[in-house]
Amino acid sequence: MESINIFIKAIFIENMIFAYFLGMCSYLAVSKTVKTAVGLGAAVIFVLGITVPINYLLENFVLKEGALAWISPEFADVDLSFLSFIMFIAVIASIVQLVEMIVEKFAPALYGALGIFLPLIAVNCSILGGALFMQERQYTSIGDATFFALGSGVGWFLAIVAIAAIREKIRYSDVPPALRGLGITFIITGLMGLAFMSFMGIEL
Amino acid sequence: MSATTEVKKSESLFSKKNKKLLSDPLNDSNPITVQVLGICSALAITVQLQQAVMMSLSVLVVMIGGNVIISLLRNLIPDKIRIIVQLVIVASLVIIVNEVMKAFVPDISEKLSVFVGLIITNCIIMGRLEAFALGNKPGPSFLDAIGNGMGYAWILLVVSIVREIFGSGAISLPGMGQIKFISPEFMASTGYMNNNLMILPPMALIVVGVIIWIQRSKNTKLIEEA
Repeated sequence: MESINIFIKAIFIENMIFAYFLGMCSYLAVSKTVKTAVGLGAAVIFVLGITVPINYLLENFVLKEGALAWISPEFADVDLSFLSFIMFIAVIASIVQLVEMIVEKFAPALYGALGIFLPLIAVNCSILGGALFMQERQYTSIGDATFFALGSGVGWFLAIVAIAAIREKIRYSDVPPALRGLGITFIITGLMGLAFMSFMGIEL
Repeated sequence: MSATTEVKKSESLFSKKNKKLLSDPLNDSNPITVQVLGICSALAITVQLQQAVMMSLSVLVVMIGGNVIISLLRNLIPDKIRIIVQLVIVASLVIIVNEVMKAFVPDISEKLSVFVGLIITNCIIMGRLEAFALGNKPGPSFLDAIGNGMGYAWILLVVSIVREIFGSGAISLPGMGQIKFISPEFMASTGYMNNNLMILPPMALIVVGVIIWIQRSKNTKLIEEA
């Protein structure tokens, strides 16, 4: 039950885009049509779901204070947490590369759909953000961390597909010239964020 | 333009071309409002001015360091693994910045939480490394970093000043805490309330949207064909 709560909370209440603005760069750049938005959104769910559990293991068995105690009791007071940024980003960059190769080899159809987005994802803030939030919130099990990752991914997916659909329609409206494109997208995202804030009252 | 004049120009640090490197990112190619880079961290930490100041400083330091280092190494880095090399250099710089902040301004560092770490994937830094530092000498790369860092900083500062004044009726500076302009009791007696909407995250987006609107109506060549 706890895991389901974490999942729902990550989608709606702590939405990556509307509550923390993570992954905004690709969110704004790739949201011109629904089709590409779906591709990028799916890739984000996929990569978050793989990298956050791996980083969770890394955090709990290597980096955290006392995490190395499983090798020998001498290491019980070693604290490597200052290395977490570089370790997380290295894991993310290499996993993305690996996933890209595996998908290309074994699922060419999926590669066709996600292919061009995968390299973009290594520098998507929402992936590193997922790992850092996982570290900050101290999830108790790897299951919780995975559900958190999948929930964040789904929340991101929802947000980018919604904005892409709105941007497709907004082409037919008469937006003031100076607001066209970027400006109106910012304001719409702000309004969507306000709407998403109504989920904050839900206690989970 | 012949090759010799090209060399001459890059030699003098304050030539016209180099001044353009500094001034362009402030307006015509502003990293946030025109290039749309680095929005992720820019919006989340603009509730208070002191956080925005520290964040801008950190980004500026990391950008200058990253741009200069990559520019010095540009002929040594194999093309295929350049992204990973860039990430490692930027991540090391961010670790240094993070440790320094933890030591000297622990309360602000607490408030910035994960967003210092997210400087690593801040698209401005990666974007400038890719677009500029990989193809230019250290001198111009240094100027480019300062220009883009300042372009990022001024948007952050404006957004956080607007949000803090309207949201909390105060201004805060690093090391000085929050300074209230007018006592809250006086404001309440006149019937004015702080606009709590300004403290909520979505308002950052709307404030940036309005800045873009103002900037583009002054600078009409930036208008997009939608």
